[in-house]
Amino acid sequence: MTQTVSRPAGAHQVPLPLDVEAVRADFPILTRTVRDGKRLVYLDSGATSQKPRSVLDAERWFYENINAAPHRGAHQLAEEATGAYEAARATIAGFIGAAVDEVVFTRNSTEAINLVAYALSNAATAKEPEFRRYAVGQGDEIVVTEMEHHANLIPWQQLCERTGATLRWLGLTDDGRLDLSDLATVVNERTKLVAVTQQSNILGTINPLGDIVARAHEVGALVLVDGAQSVPHQPVDVAALGADFLVFSGHKMLGPTGVGVLWGRYEVLDALPPFLTGGSMIEVVRMEGSTFAAPPQRFEAGVPMTAQVIGLGAAVEYLQALGMDKVLAHEEALTAYALEQLQSVPGVTVIGPPDTVARGGAISFTVEGIHPHDVGQVLDDLGIAVRVGHHCAWPVVRRYGVPATTRATFYVHTGYDDIDALVEGVREAQRFFGVAPTEVK
Amino acid sequence: MQLQSMYQDIILDHYRNPHGRGLRDPFEAEVHHVNPTCGDEVTLRVHLEGDTIADVSYEGMGCSISQASVSAMYDLVIGKDVTTALGTGEQFMRLMQSKGDAAVAEELEDDLEDAVAFAGVSKYPARVKCALMSWMALKDASARALASSGGTN
Repeated sequence: MTQTVSRPAGAHQVPLPLDVEAVRADFPILTRTVRDGKRLVYLDSGATSQKPRSVLDAERWFYENINAAPHRGAHQLAEEATGAYEAARATIAGFIGAAVDEVVFTRNSTEAINLVAYALSNAATAKEPEFRRYAVGQGDEIVVTEMEHHANLIPWQQLCERTGATLRWLGLTDDGRLDLSDLATVVNERTKLVAVTQQSNILGTINPLGDIVARAHEVGALVLVDGAQSVPHQPVDVAALGADFLVFSGHKMLGPTGVGVLWGRYEVLDALPPFLTGGSMIEVVRMEGSTFAAPPQRFEAGVPMTAQVIGLGAAVEYLQALGMDKVLAHEEALTAYALEQLQSVPGVTVIGPPDTVARGGAISFTVEGIHPHDVGQVLDDLGIAVRVGHHCAWPVVRRYGVPATTRATFYVHTGYDDIDALVEGVREAQRFFGVAPTEVK
Repeated sequence: MQLQSMYQDIILDHYRNPHGRGLRDPFEAEVHHVNPTCGDEVTLRVHLEGDTIADVSYEGMGCSISQASVSAMYDLVIGKDVTTALGTGEQFMRLMQSKGDAAVAEELEDDLEDAVAFAGVSKYPARVKCALMSWMALKDASARALASSGGTN
């Protein structure tokens, strides 16, 4: 059971666009070892990414030099904190081709989606007529897809329960893509909003948003794009996207935890009532009632996560220095190699598109005869960090008839050596659990 | 390699050849428990004769640890009265909270029989819930069975 396994013919490693060793040197955590001295093979960036030193330095710089509450106070520290906070907003807006006042900081993608969902139900009862434009109520429909992360599903289920609206969804094909055959009926004149992911966190599928956006706008519906798995990995431009909202999380794109972004078309943001209320989101406050600030401040109640926003600004600058085109090409090369290598292992089945067409660097797979938890445990013992389970996309694993999957996700510091370690780890799991019959030749 | 400390042969044997698997009649209570972080599931029935557990039958899907745990539990609780069985469950819980402390495993060895092999799991916090799921289901089902049959404990 210990024979060496030869690589299949045709295995190819095209030169990677990013200098993996140079990138790795920027990530302090990659110098640590795990499980008794093993090199950390981090293939779980889809859950949360590791942070380069420049991001950590930016947060520390903020606290050591200009820590103050932004948009409050008139002292020098407050001015400098406000300046750095707004400079980071401009950097992040530029990264997605947005206007500065269209970028709202939230805790993460989940909160950004909830912000929109609650704004739409708050709109139904708003006392201000200008906030009722996008109100959702009985007879209206919200459309999602079967491949959404729970964060882009539950808030819409709950919105429908609060308002009496109906939730509808686009299904999936057997090869892990959206089934758009009934797009014209599912998205119809009753649809108020379509919420769809740009890249599936579990299948890796990159969705054809153009068709969906066109149909939604044809019937006057808003479109919210979940960019949590796309914005970190490919160039995204909100003008080209054509949607009304885009959400993403800082911690999945080399930034700190606790900061995410809601981008909204200004005209739409301006017509939405607030979600969270309190300090700094107001215009005039009287005991009898209050009026609210313009976006983005209307949606940023309370002292914000200033250090994290500045850290996210540094993360964006790091990605821009690498070049998002290169980041995308890097992950495409890794994905092609990983799909080829994993699918050459007898007993391994990829859940999701089997080829690299419209597909990102998130690969879910099953290993015949071994539960994903046990696969993950063997990999962990070898120093390889992957995600196992339903990946907060329970309907997807149910759709494909598996209890769970093992998922590897790639990023800027991932190299071919990481993928080789993963594939060898899967073979080790098969040996350990004695389920590699076809390997004995 | 530390894997062997978790995947003792006894555990792998229970996983490959589970004891008592399948749902059977009669039963006084059936429960369905899930581990929401990973989607593991077990459906478990309890049949009491008086206060004695006459049968525990189950179906489930999940990792080797969760499936082996329910099989080892089956061996431990059949023929025991509910109070004794749940007491064993408390001891198993202690083992799972022992963070790999060999002294705890040694102390519990006589009572837990095969189930003491799960001591290695206690070093992996993410897997403890896998091992405990079936015991939680048994506790729940026993309470419901007692309530429905009017028994006491």
